[in-house]
Amino acid sequence: MPGESTKRSDRHRQYWRANIRLIVVLLTVWAAVSFGCSILFVEQLNAFTIGQLPLGFWFAQQGAIYVFVILVFVYAWSMDRLDRKFGVAE
Amino acid sequence: MTLAMLAQAASTAQSGTDDTRVFTYIFVTITFIAYLYIGWRSRVRESGGFYVAGRGVPAIANGAATAADWMSAASFISMAGLISFMGYDGSIYLLGWTGGYVLLALLLAPYLRKFGKYTVPDFVGERYYSETARVVAAIAAIFVSVTYVAGQMRGVGIVFSRFLEVPIWEGVVVGMVIVGFFAILGGMKGITWTQVVQYGVLIFAFLIPAVALSRMLTGYSIPQIGFTASDITTKLNQIQTDLGFAEYTQPFANKSKLDVFCITFALMVGTAGLPHVIVRFYTTASVKAARWSAVWALFFIAILYTTAPALASFARYNLLHSIEGRTVAEVDGLAWVQSWRRTGLLVYADKNDDGKITFAPGEAFLTGDDNKPDVNQPNPESVNEVYADRDIIVLATPEVARLAPWVIALVATGGLAAALSTAAGLLLVISSSIAHDLYFHFVDPKAPESRRVLVGRLTILLGICVAGWFGVHPPGFVAQVVAFAFGLAASSFFPIILLGIFDARTNRTGAVCGMITGLLFTAIYILGNYSVKIFGTTEPLMGRWCFGISAEGIGAVGCLVNFVITFVISRMTAPPPASVQKLVESVRIPAGPSKIESHFDESDAWADNP
Repeated sequence: MPGESTKRSDRHRQYWRANIRLIVVLLTVWAAVSFGCSILFVEQLNAFTIGQLPLGFWFAQQGAIYVFVILVFVYAWSMDRLDRKFGVAE
Repeated sequence: MTLAMLAQAASTAQSGTDDTRVFTYIFVTITFIAYLYIGWRSRVRESGGFYVAGRGVPAIANGAATAADWMSAASFISMAGLISFMGYDGSIYLLGWTGGYVLLALLLAPYLRKFGKYTVPDFVGERYYSETARVVAAIAAIFVSVTYVAGQMRGVGIVFSRFLEVPIWEGVVVGMVIVGFFAILGGMKGITWTQVVQYGVLIFAFLIPAVALSRMLTGYSIPQIGFTASDITTKLNQIQTDLGFAEYTQPFANKSKLDVFCITFALMVGTAGLPHVIVRFYTTASVKAARWSAVWALFFIAILYTTAPALASFARYNLLHSIEGRTVAEVDGLAWVQSWRRTGLLVYADKNDDGKITFAPGEAFLTGDDNKPDVNQPNPESVNEVYADRDIIVLATPEVARLAPWVIALVATGGLAAALSTAAGLLLVISSSIAHDLYFHFVDPKAPESRRVLVGRLTILLGICVAGWFGVHPPGFVAQVVAFAFGLAASSFFPIILLGIFDARTNRTGAVCGMITGLLFTAIYILGNYSVKIFGTTEPLMGRWCFGISAEGIGAVGCLVNFVITFVISRMTAPPPASVQKLVESVRIPAGPSKIESHFDESDAWADNP
C-alpha cells in the first residue's frame, strides 16, 4: 500500500532528524570539554583548582575522558528509546 | 612441582631478577596456553566466522575486545612515559585516543554495523559504486595496518628481551607463532575471545603497580584520586622549576596551542577512521549492540587512560626525586637503576666530576652508531647527566615501588597481552583487505567457501611474516610512521565514510577527488617534513609552511580539505544513483534487512553472497 509506505518513510525521516539533533547536542559538549576546556581556554581555567590540580590541566588529563564516557552512554541509552518510540528497533 | 613450591623456591632465591624471571615464565606460559586454547576452541570454517566472528559477539565482550584491540604496546608501555616527559602537552594522546571513540560511537559504528558486510573497503566500494574507491581504500587499510603491526611485534621482542633475557628476534618469533595460531585457526572469532582475556590481563597488570605507587607517594589507593587530591603535582612543579624545566602542568611548553589543537583533532579523527577499530563493530549482533559495545569499549579504555596520566606524574616525581642531586654511589646502589642500566634504556654519568648526578634540560649524551645515547660521548652543550628512555616509566614502576617480583612479571605479561591483541586485530584487517577486497573481487570471484577461508588464513600467515621481519629489523623512523598512519586514516577514511552516511548527495566523483586530495596533501606534507629521516636528505624538503602545524597534526587539515572537496564536487556533479540513495536510507534505520542487493553490478553481489 502506498499510504503505508509514505507513513513509514515519514517516520524514518523524523527518527533521523531526532538522531541528528541528539548528535549535535552531544558533539557540542564533546567539543566544549576537549577543545574548549582542555586546549583553547586551558590557561584561563588553570586559575582555578580542583583538588590540588589546575582545573584546565585536570580537564585535559582526567575530566574530558570522564565526559566522553558519559556522552557515549547517553547516546546509546537515548537511541534505544528513540528506536522504540519510532518502532525501528531490530 | 606445585606453584606454592615454585613460589617458595623463587622467594628464597638470592637475586630478585631470578625471581622475576621464574614468575615471568610462569605467567607467560599460563596466558599463552589460555590464548592457544581459546584459538583452538573457536576455530572456524566459514567466511562469516573468519571475518566478523559470525556477528554474534555480545556488546560487553566486544567492548573488551575493542579495548584490547585498540590499546597497543604503545598505550601500555610508551604512553605514560611520553606524558611523563611532556607534562601537559602529553594530553594530546589522552584526548585524541579517547575522544575519537565519541566520533566513532555517534557517527560511524551503528551505521556501518547496519550496512553489514566484512570490511571498510566494502562500504566505500558500495556506497561510492566504484571499484577504484574500493581499491584505494583497501590499499590505505593495508598500509595503515602494516605500519602499525610492525611496532607491535617490536614491543613483543622488547618485553621478551628485557624480562626473559632472550634475543629480540627470538621473542618476535615466539610472538609470531602465538598470534599465528589463534588468528589463523579462529580468524575474527578466535581473535575476539582471546582479546577479551587479553584485556583482563593487561588492565590488571597496569593497575596493580599504579595503585601501589599511588599508595606509596600520595597515600591514596586510587591513582586518579591521588593524582587530583594530593600535593604530588604541586611538588613536581616545584622540582621541575628548580631544575630549569617548565612546570609539569604548564600548557604549551613545547608545542604551540594551534599545534596541540591540530594534533588532538588528527588523532581523534584518525582513531575513528582506523580500519581495525571500525571492523570490530561489524561483529556485534545488532545496531543496538554496536552502540552499547562502543560504550563498553570507551569505559574499558578510560580505566587505563585516566590511570596513565596519574602514573606519569608519579613516575616523573619519583625519577627526579631518586636520582637528582644524589651522589653517584647512592644512585649506583638502587637495584632498579642497575637492572635498567644494563638494558641501555637508563644512562647516566657524572660528567662534571662533582660526585653528584645532575638532572637538567637537554640531551645528556650524543647518540652512538646504534642511534642510542652513548655513555662515552657526553654532550658538552648540556649539564644534564641522565638519559632515561620513556619506555622504562611503566616497565620500571614496580621495581621502583619495590613491589614483589610477581608484580614485575605481571607487567611483562600485560605488555605482551597488549601487543599481541593489537597485532591480531591488525593482521585480520590486512588479511581481509588482501583476500576479501582485492583477491576475490578481482581475481577469483567464484571461489568456493573453503577456498575463501584458506586464502584468508594464508594472507594472515603472510602478514605475520612481514610484521615479524619489521619487528626484527625496525625501520629507523617508526615514530614518524605512526604519525603517518593516523594522518592518512584521518584524511582518507573518516570524511568519506561520514559523508557517505550523513549526506546522501555525496557521489563517487566527489569522494574519489576528496580522498585523493586529502591523502596526497597529508602524505606530501609528512614526507616533506620528515625527509631527513625517511629519504636521508640533508635538509627537510618542506618546512611547516601550513601555519606552523607539525607533521603529526597535519591530518587535521588533510581531513578538512577532503571534507570540503568531497562536498563541493559532489554538489557540482550528478547525484548518485537511486539504489545508492536507498542504501544510505537503509543504513540510517536499525530495522530492516542489512544487505541491499547489487548496487552497481551483478558480479559484486554474487562475489559477496557465497
